[in-house]
Amino acid sequence: MDGERSAVSGTRPLLEVADLVVHFTRRTGLFGTRRETVQAVNGVSFAIGRRETLGLVGESGCGKTTLARAVLHLVERTSGTVRFDGADLAALRPAELRRARRRLQIVFQDPYASLNPRMTIGRAVREGLEVHRLARGAEADRRVRALLEEVGLPADAADAYPHEFSGGQRQRAGIARALAVEPELLVCDEPVSALDVSVQAQVLNLLADLQVRRGLSYLFISHDLAVVRHVAPRVAVMYLGRIVEEGPADALYAAPRHPYTQALLSAVPVPDPTTRRARIVLPGDPPSPVHPPAGCPFHPRCPHPAKDQTCLTVRPELTQLAPGHRVACHKA
Amino acid sequence: MRALRRGWLRFRAHRAAVAAGLLVAVLAIAAAFAPLVAPADPLAQPDPVALQNQPPSAAHLLGTDRFSRDVLSRIVYGARVSLGVGAAAALLAVTVGALVGLAAGLASPAVDQLLMRSVDVALALPRVFLILLVLALWENAPPWVVVLLIALTGWFQTSRVVRALVLRLRESEFVQAARALGSGRPGLVRRHLLPHLAPTIIVSATLDVGNIILLESGLSYLGLGIRPPAPSWGNMIQDGKDQLFSAPWVAAAPGLALLVTVVAFNLFGDGLQAAFDPRDRR
Amino acid sequence: MSDPRAPGGAPPSAAGEAGPLPGAPLLEIADLRVAFASEGGVARAVDGVDLAVHGGETVGLVGESGCGKSVTALAILRLVEHPGLIAHGSRVRFEGRDLLALAERDIRAVRGNHLALIPQEPAAALNPVLTVGSQIAEVIRAHQHVTRAVAAWRAVELLTSVGIPDAEKRAGQYAHQLSGGMRQRVLIAIALACGPHLLIADEPTTALDVTIQAEILELLDGLQRRLGMAVLLITHNLALVAERTRRVYVMYAGQIVEEAPTGALFAAPAHPYTQGLMAAVPRADRPAERLAAIPGQVPPATAWPSGCRFHPRCPFAWEKCREEMPPLLPAGEGRSARCWLLAERQGPDAKTPSPQGASGGR
Repeated sequence: MDGERSAVSGTRPLLEVADLVVHFTRRTGLFGTRRETVQAVNGVSFAIGRRETLGLVGESGCGKTTLARAVLHLVERTSGTVRFDGADLAALRPAELRRARRRLQIVFQDPYASLNPRMTIGRAVREGLEVHRLARGAEADRRVRALLEEVGLPADAADAYPHEFSGGQRQRAGIARALAVEPELLVCDEPVSALDVSVQAQVLNLLADLQVRRGLSYLFISHDLAVVRHVAPRVAVMYLGRIVEEGPADALYAAPRHPYTQALLSAVPVPDPTTRRARIVLPGDPPSPVHPPAGCPFHPRCPHPAKDQTCLTVRPELTQLAPGHRVACHKA
Repeated sequence: MRALRRGWLRFRAHRAAVAAGLLVAVLAIAAAFAPLVAPADPLAQPDPVALQNQPPSAAHLLGTDRFSRDVLSRIVYGARVSLGVGAAAALLAVTVGALVGLAAGLASPAVDQLLMRSVDVALALPRVFLILLVLALWENAPPWVVVLLIALTGWFQTSRVVRALVLRLRESEFVQAARALGSGRPGLVRRHLLPHLAPTIIVSATLDVGNIILLESGLSYLGLGIRPPAPSWGNMIQDGKDQLFSAPWVAAAPGLALLVTVVAFNLFGDGLQAAFDPRDRR
Repeated sequence: MSDPRAPGGAPPSAAGEAGPLPGAPLLEIADLRVAFASEGGVARAVDGVDLAVHGGETVGLVGESGCGKSVTALAILRLVEHPGLIAHGSRVRFEGRDLLALAERDIRAVRGNHLALIPQEPAAALNPVLTVGSQIAEVIRAHQHVTRAVAAWRAVELLTSVGIPDAEKRAGQYAHQLSGGMRQRVLIAIALACGPHLLIADEPTTALDVTIQAEILELLDGLQRRLGMAVLLITHNLALVAERTRRVYVMYAGQIVEEAPTGALFAAPAHPYTQGLMAAVPRADRPAERLAAIPGQVPPATAWPSGCRFHPRCPFAWEKCREEMPPLLPAGEGRSARCWLLAERQGPDAKTPSPQGASGGR
């Protein structure tokens, strides 16, 4: 079994997500009597290799956070599979799942919400060590100190509470907690969105260093196209629960093929007053994931001149346009 | 340790709560060591004719009642009943409430619904009426029955509050992070839920003590709680109400004790609330 | 589309003529200081800010959280609440009047009238139990003697002018029935209700998605051109400043550290903080390279460092920077920066603080 795994691990991606669907019902109305189904993730497939970073971009409500939770098996999936190193997490027994969880960890957007306010930073980092029986006693103390140092926090941070820290330091603590169990894949859910520019750069550099040093893979989720461009050589764009374009960052940013990607990129302001680009302003707001439109999910806002009846009725599948560059658009 | 010290500093900032806490402590000690503290036997009737309804004096600091019993001694022994019933019933009520709330918050939606709808029904029942009914039917019920009745009709609100907290905590990112780390349910409850629930539970228990003392006094006043001649603040007030004008101290002294105690528990509870909140910077 | 200036009742004016005195700034802030008393000591959130906005121009005020930019906005409108205090000696002149000297009644007549604010959180800034239409009408009726019916009609007109389709229906809806972008449009409509001469936009798009952000900014641009109002754009986003403003103030630790025309600032930032900030921004239009992070954290407002407030994080800092606070020193045509490097470069003459910066050298 072990021999088999090592034999193929060179070619097999570390994380394989296939046709992932996450729907959840929520109650609405005055007395919670009406039920509606939120189609948060609607058939998403992608793969991440070892030491690779996939950037996942999308605006609020596109399902990227639910996707992150589903990858970690923190929310129930409706259908589809998530394979980590070949094993389907949903098929594991509880004890096996807990062991598997050690290998994939998450860094949250708001480091204040993701750290228990009644726990010292040291205890938060230690928790993973204890849960997985990786270290105890003095050895655990030593490891906690080493981890804090690795993420650039002073050793006495272990005795402090989250509210005593600035946002950037808290995010470092959140990263240290995730690293404690020596994961292979880190899901970073908007890890720098709550941080100031100067601190954001510190954390991005830290993540880059850690990837090299520890051989980590990242699923890097953000609404910020500039940040994603910076960290990910491969980028997927999500809209209304689906990936609408995926490809090498250079190609995708230089020549986006999906009209949504084009609009998104044109909307990103550039810190250079000498560049002026034509801005594609999309009409209206994204539709609700409770009632996604028929056909192409983007068609109600799509500015493509060749938009026609097909777009309104037939949902486009992701199709390969160039090596590694997939687009879900009838007109691309 | 550091957290404890800071908690104390925050608590100390609430002067009234510190005073209330001291008062609660004094009362508890007095009640526990009643035989040593009370100047006389609370049941002794030295001279029901000559010494009845004596006003406060050096011999009887709070005077005597119509059977010539020492009022101060009766209040000290009455504190045993009041605090004892209050503490025991509050503890029991809060424990049951917390367990039900925790179970509802962590269980499947179906179990949660079942538990909470039952609580809704229970909350609609008139509590005092229910207790009165049982005590009226069960003559001379021992004190533990009173405790049980009060406790079993007093946990509903706590269970709702705890459930709501658990539901919110369950969605919080630090619990998600702990789940992602592989923490099992017992670990989650112990490390992440209980430390967040404890303050609420403790504060609600403290505030409950005050309310229960009032409730018990009411029952005793009606002659259904602690029966005479055993002293309880409630039956002492009942005893003194007929001589409210001729010997006002007989009813006023236990009444004042009751008032001060209930206020003290409420202030103490508020202080604890502040002490538990690490973000409170008053 | 109707002209929102018409309901405002103010005379139409072209860009540049908005101020009462041509040439004199519309808004002029001098030595503004705001302090907050807290348990940890006195936080000098805004500490000697000088700033000017002329009629019709868009000026950027950029800085990271905690630098004092939002407090500056509140202080301009005199909305600093207890325990915050605007220090004596601070001056905020708007259309020739000192706002800090006005009676409470008179400042209320200025707020929302000729001087309007677009707040940061579109979700929090609207009253959840009133219809959006009635909230716009309320502002109109606070400043103009019109009947309820007229105010309601103007509210619908304003909603149309900020690009809200089906405005009549929307006016009768509540905040929670609108999307984030829609809410921000409503807030813009409220700000425009009385035809302001200066619009203070405090992070107007931070809470919004990129595509919605672009829409809102295009809308603001269009409105500004049509109405000839001035805009003070307060943001942490350098890119927004680059795209939308003519002149920029960079704020750090309660002070203005650099002032420059936008083009010149981005071509060659003079202050090491501005330089660091620009190098730290990841860019969508360039392939990945290692970001040059500014080391350390923004210091807390209760304990600003001695001397130059940026010195603990500055790669160029030397003795003088630790001991003496630099004033705003001239750094070229229409620009200045609070950095001793400039004094070094320009020789001994420039070392004497300019009168403008004298207050900073305390």
